[in-house]
Amino acid sequence: MAGLGLLDFGFEFVEIFAFVVLATVGLAVIFGMMGIINLAHGEFILVGAYATTFSFAAGLPLPLAMLAGVVITAVFGVVLERLIIRHLYGRLLDSMVVTWGISLVMIQLVRIVFGNSAPGIGIPFGQLPIVDGPVYYLVLAVIAVGLLGGLYALFMWTDFGVRARATMQDEETARSMGIDTDRMYASTFAIGSALAGLTGALYAPVMPITPEYGTGFLVEAFVAVVVGGASVIVGTVLASGFLGTVNAAVTNVAGTFMGQVAMLIAAIVAIRLLPEGITGLLADLREKRGESE
Amino acid sequence: MLEITNVHASYSKTPILRGIDVSVETGEIVGIMGKNGVGKTTLVKTVMGLLEADEGRIVFDGEDVTDEPADVRARHGMGYIPQGRDVFPELTVEENLRMGETINDGTDDLQYDAVYDYFPILEERRDQEAGTMSGGQQQLLAIGRALIGNPELLVLDEPSEGVQPSIVQDITRDLRRVNEELGTTILFVEQNLHVVQRLGERCYAIDKGAIVDELGPERLESRDAVTEYLAV
Repeated sequence: MAGLGLLDFGFEFVEIFAFVVLATVGLAVIFGMMGIINLAHGEFILVGAYATTFSFAAGLPLPLAMLAGVVITAVFGVVLERLIIRHLYGRLLDSMVVTWGISLVMIQLVRIVFGNSAPGIGIPFGQLPIVDGPVYYLVLAVIAVGLLGGLYALFMWTDFGVRARATMQDEETARSMGIDTDRMYASTFAIGSALAGLTGALYAPVMPITPEYGTGFLVEAFVAVVVGGASVIVGTVLASGFLGTVNAAVTNVAGTFMGQVAMLIAAIVAIRLLPEGITGLLADLREKRGESE
Repeated sequence: MLEITNVHASYSKTPILRGIDVSVETGEIVGIMGKNGVGKTTLVKTVMGLLEADEGRIVFDGEDVTDEPADVRARHGMGYIPQGRDVFPELTVEENLRMGETINDGTDDLQYDAVYDYFPILEERRDQEAGTMSGGQQQLLAIGRALIGNPELLVLDEPSEGVQPSIVQDITRDLRRVNEELGTTILFVEQNLHVVQRLGERCYAIDKGAIVDELGPERLESRDAVTEYLAV
C-alpha cells in the first residue's frame, strides 16, 4: 500500500511539475530575456489551443495539429511584437497595461468569433495500468524535461543564446558589437510565443477549451517565474520542482484544492524569504563562496 | 579611413557637439583629448552610431555611414570599447570574446591567438564570469572582445578610466602593439595625460563640443601643450 501511495505521489508530482514547467517557460523566456511582463501570456496559450483544436477538427493528425498551434502562435507573437511590444521595451508598467489590454480584447474576440467553447480532443494513449491517470501526463512530463534541456542548450551553448543573453544584459553594447538587437528581440519573443503556443497545444486534449482557457495557466506561471528568479531555465526547473513537490504532497493527502492552497502558501513564504527568487539565493551563495576563496 | 565632417549632435535637444571635423588615416593612432563634459563620449557614440547626428557626415572606409545604425557600422569593421568597459558581466570571458566575432561582418580572420597572446590572462580565465574580474582585467577583456573580429578601426572611450596607473601603462603599450602588428587604426578619447602622450601620434583637443586645436607629435611631447586641454 505504501508503495502504491508513493507511486500516486510520484505521478501527482510528475503531472504538476510538467504543468508548472509548460505553463511557465514561455513567460519566463519573454520576461527573463526581455524584461516584458506579458499579462497576455494566457491568451498566447489560448491561441495555441484554438489553433490545435480547429486544425484537429479540420482533419489534421494530432501531432501536426499541435505543430500548427505552435507555428500560428509564434507568428501571432511576431506580429504583435512588431506592431506593439517593440515600442514597450524598458517600459515595464506600460508593457503590463498594454498586454493586459491585449488579453482582455483577445478573450472577448475569441468569444465573439468562436462562441463559448471549441471542439474537444480526446486524451491520447489511454490509461496507466497501476496508477489512476492517463499515460499522456507522462508524455507531457517527458516533453517538459526535454524542452528545458533544449532551451538550456539553446541559450547557453549556441551563438544565438550568447547573443540573446548579451542583449538582455546590455542592449547598447550588444548593438555596438554588430548584433541586430531588434531582430534578437523579435526572435526571442517568437520563441516565447511558440512555447506558450506549445503549452496550449499540449493541454488542448486535457482541458476544456473556452475563451478563458489561458487563465487556468496564469497563477502557476507567474508564481513560478517569481519564485524561480532571474535565471530563466534554472529558475523554472527549481521553482517547478519546489512548487510541484509541495502541491503533489498535499494533494495526495488532502485533495487538489488544498494542494493548490499549499502551493500558493509555499510561494508566498518563498517570495518573503527569497525576494530575488531561488536563483538569486544561489547567485548570492556563489558570490560568497568566490569571495571566501 | 574615417572622415567626420561638421557633425552636430544633441541629447534631448541640448546641443553637445557643435560642428566637429576630425580625420583619421589608415594605420594612424589619433586621440581626442579634453576635460570632463566637453563632448568626448558624445562624439564617440555619434561615431559608433549609438547617437544620431543632427547634422554633418561620417564617412568610414569610403562609405557614408551617417544614417547607419550601430550594428551595421560594427559589421563594417568598427570595433568599440565603451567607457567603463561594459563587458557583459554574466557572460564568461570566452562568451564575451565570442560577442566580438560579429564585428567586421563575421570575418573568418578571427584573432583569438593574437588576443590571447596580448592578454594571456583572458585565456587563463576564459571560463570565469566577466563581472567577477577586476577593473583592469575587464578593460583588457573589452579590448580583446573588440579585436576578435579584426576590425579596421578601434574606437576607445577613455580606456584609462577606473584602471590603476600600472595597468594603464600596460594597456597603452598593448594598444601600440596592436596598431603595429595587426595594422589596426585607433581612435581614442581620453583625459589621462600619460595615455594622450604615449598612445597618440596626433591629437585633437575638444572643448564645449568643438575641436579647438590639433597637436602633432612634437607638441604632444610637451606637457604644457597637452595639459592646457586637460584637467591636470
